[in-house]
Amino acid sequence: MKVAIVKYNAGNIGSVENAVRRLGIEPVVTDDAELIGSADRVIFPGQGEARSTMAYLKAHGLDQVIVGLKQPVLGICIGMQLLCRHSEEYDTDCLGVFDVDVKRFVPKVHEDKVPQMGWNTIEGTKSPLFKDFGEREFVYFIHSFYVPMCDWTIATTNYIQPYSSALHKGNFYATQFHPEKSGMVGERILKNFMELRG
Amino acid sequence: MLAKRIIPCLDIKDGQTVKGTNFLNLRQAGDPIELGKLYSEQGADELVYLDITASHEGRKTFTELVKKIAREINIPFTVGGGINELSDVDRLLNAGADKVSINSAALRRPELIDEIAKNFGSQVCVVAIDAKCEDDTVHENGDPRIDGEWRCYVNGGRVPTEYLLLDWAKEVNERGAGEILFTSMNHDGVKRGFANAALRKLADTLTIPVIASGGAGTKEHFRDTFIDGHSDAALAASVFHFGEIPIPELKQYLANEGVNVRL
Repeated sequence: MKVAIVKYNAGNIGSVENAVRRLGIEPVVTDDAELIGSADRVIFPGQGEARSTMAYLKAHGLDQVIVGLKQPVLGICIGMQLLCRHSEEYDTDCLGVFDVDVKRFVPKVHEDKVPQMGWNTIEGTKSPLFKDFGEREFVYFIHSFYVPMCDWTIATTNYIQPYSSALHKGNFYATQFHPEKSGMVGERILKNFMELRG
Repeated sequence: MLAKRIIPCLDIKDGQTVKGTNFLNLRQAGDPIELGKLYSEQGADELVYLDITASHEGRKTFTELVKKIAREINIPFTVGGGINELSDVDRLLNAGADKVSINSAALRRPELIDEIAKNFGSQVCVVAIDAKCEDDTVHENGDPRIDGEWRCYVNGGRVPTEYLLLDWAKEVNERGAGEILFTSMNHDGVKRGFANAALRKLADTLTIPVIASGGAGTKEHFRDTFIDGHSDAALAASVFHFGEIPIPELKQYLANEGVNVRL
């Protein structure tokens, strides 16, 4: 199986590369449109900020490459937010695969620290991505912006309010949490992604 | 709800863990990767690797080790020790660390915190604070008062600074750190519990998570720092390394006590 990891100006890409290797697959980390287009699976990972990453994707023509993909695509963290329509982070227009807008967490009480950093549960999972999952599973999050509940929600997390911790539409999948840092649960999600029927 | 975190800390010298362990099932007790994997499988939420070598050669060995850890470990890990400038941070993050912990360097040049936050994001920047309560008044529970002066120290707790704990912690928060790792020098190594009064003051004042360090001896101590100290995470070394408190047992105990932990 050929797995392409989109290379751009976001952090944490190496962690995803390592996690895919732990599944016994040697991924290619690339910004080459042909390599990305011909892969069996594409992962669009990263940690970063919406405006500068969107600017980079546009400058390198990767915005068109990503929205045009037909094989299973997995957006992770900022990758998920960039697949949405718009982000409140520096008022940035994003790729628009998911017709929903990314909001900033607004704390209600002192304990609501932003960014959310650490392990929280995903519930109400409905997708082959979460095959064989229990009622609640813990995964690792670091983020200050969130995707509200919407038609594409396939997992819900509660932090300040319930929000979408994973999305699915057609061949596009996305998680707000980091499966590559979520222990065995995260490994199962990545494995399930590789085993999706393309 | 966000879970309270349990964080084992491993001291590394020349690529090996320093404090001995009595885990019989490890091929090599001193192997930081084997030990990290074991903790991860047992349910540790994060790991901290502290480089306690000072030499240039030691630094290179540690960077190589960080690369190996990143390949093998599937939970977040923080690295610290000897980070003095932005290029050190860049090197360790590139090697695969999720976060870096800075201590003396931040007190000597606080702008380093702003620089790390701006270049790599607040979430990678853990500021470790070693502080000592200089008031001899000790409450019945052995917890020195926060309103006694807690002074920050550098160089592994050897050199006092002009900074007081709460002032420095607020500054660290404002400069853009992602977390504070507070070690009470009064409590460290004594195994009589964490500095919960001071921790509660920090947790209730700051807008970033606070990691409690120093003093873990029993499972009850972990419960107390989460419930009374309002800590977001608790770090310990020897109670885990010597198998005094197995992590699965600790987490089950905490869950039974009403603490939200990842099981």
